[in-house]
Amino acid sequence: MTDRRVLSVSQLSQQLAAVMEERFPAVWIEGEISNFKVYGSGHAYFTLKDEGAQLRCVLFRNRTRRIRFEPKDGLHVLAFGAVEVYAQRGEYQLVVELLEPKGLGALQLAFAQLKERLQAEGLFNPARKRPLPRFPRRIGIVTSPSGAALRDMLRVIGRRFGDIHIVVAPARVQGEGAAAEVAQGIRELNALGGVDVIIVGRGGGSLEDLWAFNDEMLARTIAASKIPVISAVGHEVDFTIADFVADVRAATPSNAAELVVKEKRAIVESLGDLEVRLRRGMRRTLAAHRERLERSQGRRVLTDPARPLRDLQRRLDDARARLRRAALAAVAGAERRVALAGRSLRTLSPVARTVNGRRALTELQGRLERGAHRGLDRSRHALAGAAGRLDSLSPLAVLGRGYSLTRTSEGRIVRSWREVDAGDAVRVLLHEGSLDCRVDATREHDDRPQV
Amino acid sequence: MTDLKFEDCLTRLEQIVGALETGNLPLEESLKVFEEGIALARHCSRYLDDAERRIEMLIKDESGTTTSKPFVFQAEDEA
Repeated sequence: MTDRRVLSVSQLSQQLAAVMEERFPAVWIEGEISNFKVYGSGHAYFTLKDEGAQLRCVLFRNRTRRIRFEPKDGLHVLAFGAVEVYAQRGEYQLVVELLEPKGLGALQLAFAQLKERLQAEGLFNPARKRPLPRFPRRIGIVTSPSGAALRDMLRVIGRRFGDIHIVVAPARVQGEGAAAEVAQGIRELNALGGVDVIIVGRGGGSLEDLWAFNDEMLARTIAASKIPVISAVGHEVDFTIADFVADVRAATPSNAAELVVKEKRAIVESLGDLEVRLRRGMRRTLAAHRERLERSQGRRVLTDPARPLRDLQRRLDDARARLRRAALAAVAGAERRVALAGRSLRTLSPVARTVNGRRALTELQGRLERGAHRGLDRSRHALAGAAGRLDSLSPLAVLGRGYSLTRTSEGRIVRSWREVDAGDAVRVLLHEGSLDCRVDATREHDDRPQV
Repeated sequence: MTDLKFEDCLTRLEQIVGALETGNLPLEESLKVFEEGIALARHCSRYLDDAERRIEMLIKDESGTTTSKPFVFQAEDEA
């Protein structure tokens, strides 16, 4: 008991620290993040926990840069670092060097997180997307000046439609600082003026190679660009944040060049088409007006200057003929009146008047009788005619000649074989009585003589 | 007219063609818009023709100003 060895708190702490720090200089720890908090200093503090224990962790500011996703409470992570004793508070903690999401790779997680956030902000909203210019003259390209992507784009543009002014804003497209250079290129092309569309891109590569195009600051620069931006990153299957935020996503750099060229060629073609239609429209208008003019001229003297003269001639001839007829008629009239006067003079003698009076009386009596008979006959005749016509119009009169009338069960008259089907009930009306029948078969053709 | 935007020119040209094609315009008016249309078409063509085949690269000088110089593609390995 007397030679018991007493350590001060500090001494114990020092020894513990020595043991622990020597034993755990670099360990991987798996756990769930909780109480994650970034302090004003830029250092982040959090706790890693599992079902049975907790471990305090610190992530110093100069290490946060190397973490590619956002650490958040609830995330399952792998932390790499050294265990350190914090003697002043009698605590130990893990000084984190690296932090990786468990399961999903850090890059994928960062991608998903950024995508989600920008989407929530509305940066990918289709309504924000601007149409490509219909008539690009000047194209800005932000890419590596020596990369395959630029070579492909220049080849496509040159082959398809040469008359385009291309301004290349050189930028590294992978590695540290690449995102910032690409963003700078976009800003410079905006500042340059006269650029109609910007293509931002690079050739295919690994997820890490394309990483610059998943940068948040670059995404915001693309969104803020006054000039429409086409993203053309990697291959068809590669999607980056830049693709989502760009106005148009091209599957490949070559594809981006084709899009731009197609727009210009389309506009040149439609311009030619418009001019053709303009000229045709004018020709048609002129033709229509000429036709109207000619039509109105057709109604006037202009077409035949001799015509009014001929008309006058005809009127003169007509008048002459009428004058001649009138003169002849006048002479004839006078002669008739002379003859009539002679006859009247003779009949007015007393003898002639008696004889004539009796003869006239007899004649009048005869005319009276004949008139009465004729009226009666005419009425009788008319009646018989009307009755006959009525009779001939009655279908029943036709039946008397051996025809019959066939009706369906609804009473519709059957005129064609098409109006009934085999098995239908029909009623056949005869001159006397009727027959209820059923159709055995229908035939389009029969043996009546064809005209 | 030269200060008209290309897009506006094209839109006006399309309007004129449409109006002329309906054939309802009086002759005087037709001639007037036809002349305008031809001028617009010429202007649009010239705008497109003005685009030259030229490739430049932006460079920054020591003072930080951006200028451009003719660019000839020189392939290297994929950057």
